[in-house]
Formats: sequence, structure tokens, C-alpha cells
Amino acid sequence: MAVPAAALAVATGAISLDHARAEAERLGPVVGFLAAVLVLAHFCDVEGLFQACGAWMARWAAGRPVRLLTAVFALASAITAVLSLDATIVLLTPVVFATAARTGVRPKPHVYACTHLSNTASLLLPVSNLTNLLAFAASGLSFTRFAALMALPWLAAIGAEYLVFRRFFARDLTAAAPVGRDTGEVPALPLFALVTVGCTLAGFVVASAFGVEPAWVAAAGALVLAGRALVRRQAGPLDVVRSAAPAFLAFVLALGVVVRAVVDNGLAEALGHVVPDGTGLPALLGIAALAALLANLINNLPAVLVLLPLAVPAGPGAVLAVLLGVNIGPNLTYAGSLATLLWRRIVHQHEHDVDLGEFTRLGLLAVPSSLAVAVVALWGSLQIL
Amino acid sequence: MRVIVWLVEGTWPACVDAVRAHAPDDAEVVLLHVSGPDVPAVAHGAFAGLLGRGHREADPGDRLEALGGTSAASLLAAAAERLGRPCAREERSGRVEREVVAAAEGAGLLVLARDGDRSRLGPRSLGPAVRFAVDHAPCPVLLVWPEPAPDLRTIPPPPPHHP
Repeated sequence: MAVPAAALAVATGAISLDHARAEAERLGPVVGFLAAVLVLAHFCDVEGLFQACGAWMARWAAGRPVRLLTAVFALASAITAVLSLDATIVLLTPVVFATAARTGVRPKPHVYACTHLSNTASLLLPVSNLTNLLAFAASGLSFTRFAALMALPWLAAIGAEYLVFRRFFARDLTAAAPVGRDTGEVPALPLFALVTVGCTLAGFVVASAFGVEPAWVAAAGALVLAGRALVRRQAGPLDVVRSAAPAFLAFVLALGVVVRAVVDNGLAEALGHVVPDGTGLPALLGIAALAALLANLINNLPAVLVLLPLAVPAGPGAVLAVLLGVNIGPNLTYAGSLATLLWRRIVHQHEHDVDLGEFTRLGLLAVPSSLAVAVVALWGSLQIL
Repeated sequence: MRVIVWLVEGTWPACVDAVRAHAPDDAEVVLLHVSGPDVPAVAHGAFAGLLGRGHREADPGDRLEALGGTSAASLLAAAAERLGRPCAREERSGRVEREVVAAAEGAGLLVLARDGDRSRLGPRSLGPAVRFAVDHAPCPVLLVWPEPAPDLRTIPPPPPHHP
């Protein structure tokens, strides 16, 4: 869909070939970084990391819903931060559901926690979310400084979500009746995957100190895990290529070109008047709110591509405020944005029967509160660091 | 007489115990579990929010639907064991409260547990699903507390008398 649109934008002269090439060259390293993180997460799953997460949660919670929620918050936040939001949604959510069902706990709060944290907990590292990778490349921050500035907002936003969840799902969280089965056999500790991921994280810090692109570190980590799976014949070369989601990578490049065409043709001027200036607390709040609004209208990926060129001149503070908005914001709308929701109506993929009232009430409580505390925390971090 | 016992995660043991205490020995007991579409739909929506990831086979909502079937079966098995007498098991999926009412058609008794705020006596001890089932049940209803019922003192004092 996006690839023909990008071709059309170039063919009709909506974007010059030079601009399209510049955009593709700018996004190339980001897409490479993204591919490495996707491969890393996929082979962590092959190594059994997510099954082990299920067993840990079940053992620690022992059928008590509030303890399970706490465990889900801790694991989903860590996995989103390190292995990206895709890993939490695609790989962790089914494990959490199975764990809740197996231990006789109502699964709804815990599944909601996974989906909310895949957004809210994706603030910490450049690798946590594709939006971060895009902003990181544009912001000129080092990997370590990005993480240092975002640590406090990350914790504050997760804390706010936790309080909202405890209140919102209080009734579901009091009901507990074990179905009388044990918590399942304990799988072996996926030591190799954990060590590889740990070394990759340490590598990010070291690489950033020496001015090396962190994408290379991610690639090394991905190669180690994929190589091990290849040697042990757990996967073929085709599986490795597929785990990098080449169609998605092409989509990101094409989306970048399309958004650049739209921005070049007047959107930059129109939005330039709306984006607040400066990096004081009111300006940061305004930028984050605008970013959250735009993310809810058109999805956060195009939103961050649109807002980045406008935020970069104002400095890293404004860029990170955009990220708070586009990352936390999507919890407000089912399917992440009104555009996606409309599209699903059009192509009749709306057979799924979500309780939209409940989804939106939770979003209306969680998004403004976590966004506000995160922006204040970011402002504080910018003052101290 | 047919007794429909609606079992929900977390509160089902009280319903099974109520059947053991109150249902006649010759009653035909049906253990009912209804899987709602809302929890898998939350996962479907989160996946749809991942713009451009395409592959529908990666959609976690589908895996949740499959897992939901297995966990309903194991809940019904645990309940049948606790009941300790012959019974039928029925798994339904759809709008939970409406499926329960439909299942209770022609029954002699519907057994269900309060699913709201159970810290005090009062109307808030019924959540929306149980409220709907109680209001629309086409048969007698046995409504039980999942835990021992709260104290009578949890009822607020009556409003002051105005002559």
C-alpha cells in the first residue's frame, strides 16, 4: 500500500527524486536497526524466553491477581524497553493470557496491561519503539543520554498506569479461585538469550561512548542469536530473513517518502504555526499533547515523521516531548488511531467485538495522567542532566 | 428440573457449592462457561495499531481465542470435579450476558455469583453482566456471594426523616 503510494508521489512530482533519495538514505540506518531488533526478539522467543516469562509470572503470582498484575507490569515494561513494543504485543500477550487462565485469574486486566505498556513503556531506549529510532536518528542524542533523559519519564508513566489499573480493574483483581492445577513445569532458564540481550545492552552504552552507531551492536546481538539457531538447526536462513519482516522495512521507507511529500507540500507550514516554541514546561506539555492528538488521528508512525522536522530545531527536549505524546497517546483509541479504525471498518475487519466504552474510559483515565507526569518528569530530567 | 450454573473465573467455586447445597438431587445440572470476545479483541486492536506489520498469522488475538477455549474446558473440568455428581458441560462464546440469558431459557433455576464491589451489601455488588442476567433471566435465579457476605453494617444509614 505505502510502496505504490511512494512511487506515485515521486512519479507525479509531489516529491523530487533527490528529496526521496535523501529521505531513503536518512531512514536506511533506522530500518537496519529496526531489522536487528526484530530478529533479536524473534530468536529470544525461539530460545524460550517468553515461555520462561510465563512460568516466572505464574510461580511468583501463585494465583493472586494483584501480584500477577505487578509481575505483568514489570516484565512487559522490561520487554518493551529492551526488545520493542512488537515483542510485547505479539509474543508476550498470549503468554500472559495463558498464564492468567491457567492460574484461574481473570485475564482482562493483564491483557490490557500488555497493550497499554507496549505503548507507555516504550519510552526508555531508542530500540523500544520505531518512533524512538526515528527520533533518535534526528535528535543527535547519544544512546546513553537518550536513555538517561527518558528514564524518569518512563518510570513515572508506568507508575501512573499502574495506579489507574489498580483502581479501574479493582473488581476483576479481587476475584481469585485457582482452578486446582499446578503452575506447569518450570522451563529451563534461557541463559544464552538473556546473556546475549544483556551484552547487547552493555554494548549500546560502550558503543555510544566511542561514537559507534548502536545499530551495529544490535546487529551483532541479532547475528549471535540467529547464528546459534542456525547452527542448532532450529531455524533456516529463510526464517532469519522472515523474522526481519522485509515487507515492513519497505513499508517504513515508503511511508517516510510519502510523509515527506505531504510535509513538503504545505503541511510543514500549516503545523509550524501550531507547534509551541521553546522548551519550558508549558511548551513541552503543548508539544506532547499535540503529538498525542496527531497520533490518535493518523497513527503514531506518520505522526512522528510529520512532527520531527518541526521539533528538531527546538532541541532534544522538544523531540523527546513529541515521543512522549506519540508513544503514550495511542492508548486512547482502539487500534491506535482513528485512521486505522476507519480503515478496518472499510475493509470489514471489525468482526472483533471489543467493549469500546470500557477501552475508551480506561484510555481517558490512563493517557492524560501518564502523559502529564511523564512530561513533568522529562522537564525535570532536562533541568538536572 | 434443569439447573444452569454460570461459572466465571475467580468466583465459580461459590456457584458449585450453592448447587451442592440447594439443588434437588434429581435435578439435571448444566455447568455453563461463556467466553466473551472482548479480551481477544483487545489484542486484535493492539496488533492493528502496529502499522504495516501485515502478517495476519502474527495477530496475537487469534492465539488468545484458541487459548481461551482450552482454559474454559479446564475450568469446567475443575468445577465438575468439585461438584462430584453427574452433570453436563456447556461452552458458549459471544456477548456474555446475553448468552447466559439464552442458556437459561426453559431452565428451572439459574445459579450465578455477584461480580461487582463485594466489600459492602448493596446494588454495586452486581457488575453489568450479572445485573443484566438477573434482570432478564427467564427463570428463577439463585444469586450467591463468592466469599462470605459482608456485614449488615455496610449498609449506609437511611436518609434523615423530613416531616
